[in-house]
Amino acid sequence: MIQNLIDGVLTGSYLSLGAIGLTLVMHILRFANFSHAELLSLGAYSALVFDALMSGLVPTLAEKLAPLSLTWALIIAIPFSMIVTGISALLIDKLIFRRVREKGQELSMVFASFGMALIVRNIIGLIFGLSPQLYSKDIAFAMVLSLDPLILIKPDQVFVLVAALILMLILHLVLSRTTFGYALRAVAENPSLAQVNGVNLPRTIMYVWLIGGALASVAGVFYGLSHQLIPVMGRDLVLPIFAATIVGGIGSVYGAVLGGFIVGIAANLALVVLPSGYTPSVPFLLIIIVLMIRPHGLFGEARA
Amino acid sequence: MIGVLSYLVFFATTASILAIAVLGLNLQWGNTGLFNGGVVAFFGAGAYGTLILGGPPQEGMVGGFALTYPMALLGGMAVAGVMAWIVGLLTLRLRHDYLAIATFGVAVAFENLMRNAEWLAGGAKGVRGFERPFREAIGDGFLYNLVFFVAVLLILIATYVFLERLVASPFGRLLRAIREDEEAAQSLGKSPSRVRLTAFVTGSVIMGLAGGLYGTFYAFVSPQDVLPTLTFQVWAMLIVGGAGNNRGAVFGAFLIWGAWTISGWALSRFAPVEAQLYTGSVQFILIGAVIVGMLVWRPQGLLPERLIVSQQGSNPVNKRGE
Repeated sequence: MIQNLIDGVLTGSYLSLGAIGLTLVMHILRFANFSHAELLSLGAYSALVFDALMSGLVPTLAEKLAPLSLTWALIIAIPFSMIVTGISALLIDKLIFRRVREKGQELSMVFASFGMALIVRNIIGLIFGLSPQLYSKDIAFAMVLSLDPLILIKPDQVFVLVAALILMLILHLVLSRTTFGYALRAVAENPSLAQVNGVNLPRTIMYVWLIGGALASVAGVFYGLSHQLIPVMGRDLVLPIFAATIVGGIGSVYGAVLGGFIVGIAANLALVVLPSGYTPSVPFLLIIIVLMIRPHGLFGEARA
Repeated sequence: MIGVLSYLVFFATTASILAIAVLGLNLQWGNTGLFNGGVVAFFGAGAYGTLILGGPPQEGMVGGFALTYPMALLGGMAVAGVMAWIVGLLTLRLRHDYLAIATFGVAVAFENLMRNAEWLAGGAKGVRGFERPFREAIGDGFLYNLVFFVAVLLILIATYVFLERLVASPFGRLLRAIREDEEAAQSLGKSPSRVRLTAFVTGSVIMGLAGGLYGTFYAFVSPQDVLPTLTFQVWAMLIVGGAGNNRGAVFGAFLIWGAWTISGWALSRFAPVEAQLYTGSVQFILIGAVIVGMLVWRPQGLLPERLIVSQQGSNPVNKRGE
C-alpha cells in the first residue's frame, strides 16, 4: 500500500510534466491535442540519440553517477532534447495546426492531432525499431527504505521526483513573476482583450508550444528512466495525461500538476484492488468520476 | 474466377459494414459537430453484444443467452446506445474537448475490459462458437457469403435512406442549426444538449449495428478487433469522403478500405522480407498523412456537404419565374 503510494507519486511526477504543456495548449488554442503524448516519445528518443552522441564524443561522460543509473551524458542530453522537442512542437503547429486553424475549422484540429499522433508515433517506430530500448542496460539497484513493511525505492526515482519539482517551481516563478507569465495568463483568459493591450498573440502561442514541448521531452525522458522506451509509449500515456488535465481543470497549470499526481497515485493504488491488467482503464474511471462530481475539475472554470 | 469473385464479395461486405459505421459517425460529426474519438468502442459493443447475446452457453462465461438473431443484433445495438447515453450525458454539456477525450477513454477502457474480463468476453481469446443465422439452410460456402453481402447491402441502403430522411427533416435542420450557432438555436427555445445527446446516441447505435454485422460475418470477435486503428480508419473514411454528406461517407468507406487493402497487399508483396515487420507502421503513416493532408488542403472532403435552403424566404427575387 505504501509502496503503491510512493510509486504513484513517482508516476505522477512525469504525468504532471506532460499535463502542464497539454493543459496550456488546450486552454489557449482550445483543442484537445491528441498528439501531445507523442512529444513525450519524441523527447525520450531524441535524448537517447544525444546520450549516445555525448558518450561517443566524450567517453568519460558515459560513466554512471552512482548510485543513479544516470550518466552525465544523459543529463547533458536532456536540455538538447528539450530544445529539439520544443522546436518540433512549434514546427508541427506551423505546418499543420496553424493551417487547419486558419481555415476556421477549430473542431478539425482535434482530428488533425489524431493524424499527427499516428504519423509521429510510426515514424519513430520506423527509425528506432519496434522493440523496447533502455538508457542504461545496467540494473539500477533499489534502496531499501524500510524493512517492515518492505519498501523499495530506486535512486533514479528520487532524482526524477526532485528534478520534476524543480522544473515546476521554475515554471511557477516564470508564470507568476514575469511579464511573459502575465501575458500568457491574459491570453488564456481573453485572447482579443490581451491583444488590445499589446500582447503579441502569435508569439505567445509560439512560447506555449516551446514550453509544452520542452516539458513533454523531460517527462518522456523520466518515463524512459522509470520504464523503457518504446515507440507506442505515446499511446499508453495519452489518456493518463488527458485525465490529469481534466482532474485539474483544463487550463490550470497548478491543476495539471496536482492532477498528474492524483492520476499517478490512483493508477498505482488501484493495483491493490484490481488485477494489473485493468490499470489502463483507471484514468478513464477517474475522468468519469470527475465529470460526475466536478465537471470543471479542481481548478478549472466553466467556459464555452 | 470464382476466387476473385468470392474475394470481391468479401471485400464489399467488409466495406459495406464499415460504411454503416461511417454513416453513424457522419450523423455525429458531419451533421451535429460532435467529435467521437472512440468509434471502435460503440462498434465493439455491438459486435460483443450480438455475439454474447446470440451465442451458445459456454463454460465459465456470462452469456450464452442464445437469443434469436434479430434480438441479439438489437441487443448489441442497445448496448452501444446505453454506453453512448452515459458518456453523452456526462460530457455534452461541457466544451467539446471533453467529449473527444471521454469517448477516446471509453475506447481504451472497452478494449482493456474485453481483453481482461474472461468471464464476460473470453479475454484475449475472444468470443467463439457463434452460430451464424440461416447457416443450416444455406451452408457455409460462397452462397452464404453472397446472401450475407446482399443482406448487409440492404441494411446499408436502409441506414442511408433513414439518415437522408432524418437530415432533411426538421430535426436535421435543428442539428445543423446547433452545429453552426448553438446560442442562436438556444434563443429559439431549442435545447442543444438534449438534441446533441439524441444525435450522439443514434449515431452510436448505428455504429453498434455495424459492429453487430461485423461480429456476425466473422462469427468471432476478440480484443484485436476493437483496437484504436478502426477509429482512425472510420474517421479517415468520413474526412476523405466528405463530412456532412451521406453519399460522401459511403464513397469514402469504399475508397479508404480499398486503399488500405491494396496498400497492405502491396507492402506484403513487394516490401523486402526484413521490412515486413514495419508494414503496419507504413500503413499508419499513410492513413495519418491522408487525414492531415485532407484537413489542410481539402477539409470539405471529396464530396462536400451540400447546404440546401429548404424554404425560400418571401423575398420575391427568390421566387421561381420572377
